[in-house]
Amino acid sequence: MTKIKTHVLCCGGTGCKASAGDEIINNFNAILKEKGLENEVQVIRTGCFGFCEKGPIVKMLPDNTFYTQVKPSDVRKIVEEHIVKGRKVTDLLYLDPENKQHVSDSKHMGFYKKQLRIALRNCGFINPEDIDECISRGGYEALGKVLTEMTPEQVIDEVTRSGLRGRGGAGFPTGVKWGLCAKNKADQKYVVCNADEGDPGAFMDRSIMEGDPHSVIEAMAICGYAIGATKGLVYIRAEYPLAIHRLQVAITQAREYGLLGQGILGTDFEFDIELRYGAGAFVCGEETALIHSMEGQRGEPTFKPPFPAVSGYLGKPTNVNNVETFANIPIIITKGAEWFSKIGSEKSKGTKVFALAGQINNVGLIEVPMGITLRDIIYEIGGGIKNGREFKAVQTGGPSGGCLTAKHLDTAIDYDNLVAAGSMMGSGGMVVMDETSCMVAIAKFYLEFTCEESCGKCSPCRIGNKRMLEILDKITKGNGTMHDLEELRNLATVIKDTALCGLGQTSPNPVLSTLDNFWDEYVEHVVDKKCRAGVCKQLMHYEIDPVKCIGCGACARVCPQNAISGEKKMAHYIDNLKCIKCGACYEKCKFGAISVK
Amino acid sequence: MAKVKSLAELKAMREKLQSNLDLREKSDDPESLVQIKVAMATCGIASGAKQVMEHMMEKADELKLRIVFTQTGCMGYCHAEPTIEVKVPGKDPIVFGHVDNKKADEILEKYIMNNELVEGIIPVNYETID
Repeated sequence: MTKIKTHVLCCGGTGCKASAGDEIINNFNAILKEKGLENEVQVIRTGCFGFCEKGPIVKMLPDNTFYTQVKPSDVRKIVEEHIVKGRKVTDLLYLDPENKQHVSDSKHMGFYKKQLRIALRNCGFINPEDIDECISRGGYEALGKVLTEMTPEQVIDEVTRSGLRGRGGAGFPTGVKWGLCAKNKADQKYVVCNADEGDPGAFMDRSIMEGDPHSVIEAMAICGYAIGATKGLVYIRAEYPLAIHRLQVAITQAREYGLLGQGILGTDFEFDIELRYGAGAFVCGEETALIHSMEGQRGEPTFKPPFPAVSGYLGKPTNVNNVETFANIPIIITKGAEWFSKIGSEKSKGTKVFALAGQINNVGLIEVPMGITLRDIIYEIGGGIKNGREFKAVQTGGPSGGCLTAKHLDTAIDYDNLVAAGSMMGSGGMVVMDETSCMVAIAKFYLEFTCEESCGKCSPCRIGNKRMLEILDKITKGNGTMHDLEELRNLATVIKDTALCGLGQTSPNPVLSTLDNFWDEYVEHVVDKKCRAGVCKQLMHYEIDPVKCIGCGACARVCPQNAISGEKKMAHYIDNLKCIKCGACYEKCKFGAISVK
Repeated sequence: MAKVKSLAELKAMREKLQSNLDLREKSDDPESLVQIKVAMATCGIASGAKQVMEHMMEKADELKLRIVFTQTGCMGYCHAEPTIEVKVPGKDPIVFGHVDNKKADEILEKYIMNNELVEGIIPVNYETID
């Protein structure tokens, strides 16, 4: 019998799948067959590796060779060189942006060095559609442990002592939440997994469900045992077809193994899970709105109390946790609360998954211990700012969060420090910005999002945010006054104090934090009518330097408005009344004669 | 599919299934394990490196040794194929030449298990950079 000598792990996350990931896997299988190697090499479709910037990723084991940006046509070369001859395909290796050297082993890549993967422990390691791979990594043993060795109270105590806090944003202690639901008596209780990941740019929950769905299923069953529920519901947005598919496969496999259903693992515990699809409304990530949406009502929040732990889904006690929170549970049970509480900072234990995006070299999904500094995330893991530009700010917490600036680079990232800095953890989006980003425009972008997604139930959010957006629009068009800035702050404070739900109360955060951290930039827009980043089109114009211009006419030819005129071989001129500021001439000019003023 | 009826059964299943993922688990931290590199260039394969590698992998399983096997390109010792490089944690790597099944067993049982040197070592005549 021939032995498997090589494992080829191919990323099967949504991102890599979109870049021909499936074709890569098919090519591997076909070419290996052609070479008679199909019994020596195993090709595995895994979940996300996190290094989406360089996807699709193919990792070769046992030598840990990490191939990046693999194209289907590269597969033959990998098979012929790497697998047959034992030679690495150098041009597919990761190129270190600092020292311009190829790195072969992912362990030596800056992106992975400072990471600690707990929630993502199986992502990019196992085939998520094969329960056997999950079981051979110890899957469902935590469930077995709680069912046979622990009382529900002990489970809640363990989770409480671990210090785990909700990863969905607000950071409420998970064990306490479970305890509240457990003490309410009812004929039926529910465990709900909030998989309605709505922050723009956030994709950690999706990646967990795609890469390790069993961890979520197992944790929901553990929670069911702890609070006394027999039914679990996953509220997932319909825009996540791959995550839905993998969850369905995982649920079916778990049922076949008797890990869901009646009499789990020979005990008399019963638990089953159903999926509920959301239509993708941001507000449905708020737990009361989520519950109403599952009941078939409008996805609108209601006032708390009563909390879902008292009266939730169908009026029964309901415990709602986010995907990433659940993914941490099995390992806390297996390794113990003490182990978990040693990781992280004083008040925020464990790790956090962040979706790193924006003007940063290594865009992707990272998991880091709480308490790591922003500097480590941006410069060590993220590989610094794109094109060697200057770091300006990082937006955390999505539309509910705020901006951190250079002065926060050495702040330890945890729930409380982020709130103190005027932002919040949120679900873990991290958008990095450089000097080409206008902070007023950023605040406007997030407010536009909130206005579109506001459910309209309470007036502070529905009308207040709209008025704020109008003021911001006025400022970016050069019509703002100092009085507007004052109004903006007043309005923001009122909305924060009076909106009904968590989303409304946090919606002014992007405005408030940019007002605090980038006051000068607002003043520039209002007083000098200037946008230093060159983003606000009404506040800028293009100019041709008559000394540098050689009169080649290239700019005039690309101008869609015919706004550029001039004699051949003579300096040209832009008519600012006709110019729509598309920037086509600026891109075209080879002589650096066109500048933004 | 049969249902898993107890935690003990689940753990037994894990034991049984673990070998499928062993290669992946081992490569998570190869430095802590014995690593054997088999030179698999044309000359190596022609002299039977492939069969020797198969044999060693099976033998290692039999002896319950956790070893990371990798294939590499030509090491330059064409006169002594098949050649393998054995790296025991904390020690310098050693290259053995003319490795057939018998020599392979000897390396596993004597050198790796009992730390006895066996014949057939090729003196390293170059340095490599990482």
